[in-house]
Amino acid sequence: MLKELTRLEMKKTREGFGHALVDLGEKDERIVVLAADVTDSVNAGFFARRFPERFVQVGIAEQNMATVATGLSLVGKIPFYSTYGAFSTCRCMDQIRISICYSNANVKICGAHGGISVGPDGATHQALEEIAMMRSLPNMKVIVPCDYWQSKRATMAAAYIDGPVFLRFGREAVPTLTDESTPFDFGKGVVLRDGGDVAIIACGVMVYEALVAAEVLGKQGIDCRVINLHTIKPIDRDLIIRAARECGAIVTAEEHQVYGGMGSAVAEVLVSHVPVPQEFVAVMDRFGQSGQPDELLRAFGLKSEDIVAAAKRVLKRKK
Amino acid sequence: MNPFNYSAEQLQAAALDVRRDIITMLVEAKSGHTGGPLSCTDFATALSFRYLNHKPSEPHWADRDFVFYSIGHVTPVNYSLLAECGYFPLKDLMTFRKLNSRLQGHPHRLDTPGIEISSGSLGQGLSIACGVAKGSKIDKHPRRVFCIMGDGELQEGSCWEAVMFAGHYHLDNLGVIVDYNKRQIDGEVPKIMDIAPLADKWHAFNWHVLEIDGHDMQQILAAYDEMLHHQGSPTVIIAHTTMGRGVSFMEGKSEWHGKPPTMEQGEQALRELGTTYDEWSSRLLAG
Ligand SMILES: Cc1ncc(C[n+]2csc(CCOP(=O)(O)OP(=O)(O)O)c2C)c(N)n1
Ligand SMILES: [Mg+2]
Repeated sequence: MLKELTRLEMKKTREGFGHALVDLGEKDERIVVLAADVTDSVNAGFFARRFPERFVQVGIAEQNMATVATGLSLVGKIPFYSTYGAFSTCRCMDQIRISICYSNANVKICGAHGGISVGPDGATHQALEEIAMMRSLPNMKVIVPCDYWQSKRATMAAAYIDGPVFLRFGREAVPTLTDESTPFDFGKGVVLRDGGDVAIIACGVMVYEALVAAEVLGKQGIDCRVINLHTIKPIDRDLIIRAARECGAIVTAEEHQVYGGMGSAVAEVLVSHVPVPQEFVAVMDRFGQSGQPDELLRAFGLKSEDIVAAAKRVLKRKK
Repeated sequence: MNPFNYSAEQLQAAALDVRRDIITMLVEAKSGHTGGPLSCTDFATALSFRYLNHKPSEPHWADRDFVFYSIGHVTPVNYSLLAECGYFPLKDLMTFRKLNSRLQGHPHRLDTPGIEISSGSLGQGLSIACGVAKGSKIDKHPRRVFCIMGDGELQEGSCWEAVMFAGHYHLDNLGVIVDYNKRQIDGEVPKIMDIAPLADKWHAFNWHVLEIDGHDMQQILAAYDEMLHHQGSPTVIIAHTTMGRGVSFMEGKSEWHGKPPTMEQGEQALRELGTTYDEWSSRLLAG
């Protein structure tokens, strides 16, 4: 298995997004796409060139982009707006809160370049807070796909999920764990590997790291369950409760601040239902910095080794 | 087509009723904004009762025009006009700002028929109006979009992103009316953060600019007529108005931005507007 994991095809999640937009545009006239001067780096360019009449360039004006998208939704369009995750959320948080979420407007928000793995551009461009911000808003749904195909599937699905949806993508190519035929079931986590000693719940690029960690732990006689929690809101309560009951210990792994992210969302379920010990693999309340993506994941404690260590810590606390 | 198509005289009479509604509902609510609603009353009444293509019995009618009150705090004038047009009963105005009322302090799309978007955070309405206007252009739909903005609101940078967008895309199906009452919460707009020269700014962003006395019904009608005929660029009507217009002791006073009249002040205001609290609240409760 470990050998297999090293031989996976590498593809970008943001490209899955871009390709999905074209497929969607092909079959549904209502799809419109907005971009703010980073059209090609978020892969909205495929759509822009194919359907120029349904592509809206707003210039460098993210607040306007979020609210123009809202207006487009009011006349029956299904708008996707996209820029780097830091700018598609933080820069226009008030617009998202009032015009999009409070009104339950049918707007799809895309954050490319999520996570520390954005690399050399450094802290300003490494979105590390969007999961927390977006999931705090009533009516918002939050999806963090793990690879190219899941990004494509999730984007297609988001078009037909009523109301606001936030989709998070990364910058770098990541191992492809799913394929063209893998279904995307909104709101349902996926058990990728079964096990009964500890459950690792991950999202985004950390799903791959979790699988590698499970392989390493398996060799040491520790039987890991691995869950891809691609939908963070609404959260798959039942799956988390079952994992906690059957494994008795949880590790969460995400490329996001530890406060308020996916790990926090899982902890909220655990404390109210099955309070088992949990360890967090996440960015520990600090800003990012420049570096190569893999170097950064290592420096910020987001590699499979870190998940292995967290699993061992949590097992010590397990009753 | 506007279902009412009022004449200038009928609009003046309707505007007087709207001012009476505003005072009465604010006295009853014991909180809310008085000054801005009264400065918007004349041009907003003309919009609802003469120009807006809408069907009050069918708020979501697909071919309707859209109007956005980007200054969400002027709910008293917005709600009064919706009720007077027949979107909901007049008696609902007496529930304004109360628990479980569908008339929230700031407008909520999911609660109130005729409210197109939730608002109350300044500087967002014009962008939404731009989205509706752009979407209508994509569909080649003839609908019109109107947006009412405040002069203080124009200090928000996000407004100018939208002004730039509308000019860039030649959204001639979009019209803005600026309530240029020269007052905001902290005082006089020119002293707080001046937005002058205002017409030049809109010109510079490629808008068609009209400047009027926002309380002169003939000028208001002439400006809307021109707005509706102008092609190739969006139109802004800069309406010079007076905060608190129609009530002597409120006129021009920024302290009336965000407070309601007491019962005593309300009685005096309603006397100036030719009625009494008893008479007007009974009219609302019966409607
Ligand atoms: C983003 C935002 N900042 C601040 C406020 C608080 N606020 C509400 S109305 C207002 C003044 C608006 O001035 P103007 O647009 O001139 O309206 P007027 O006072 O004339 O009614 C302020 C600061 C707000 N609602 N939204
Ligand atoms: Mg003002």
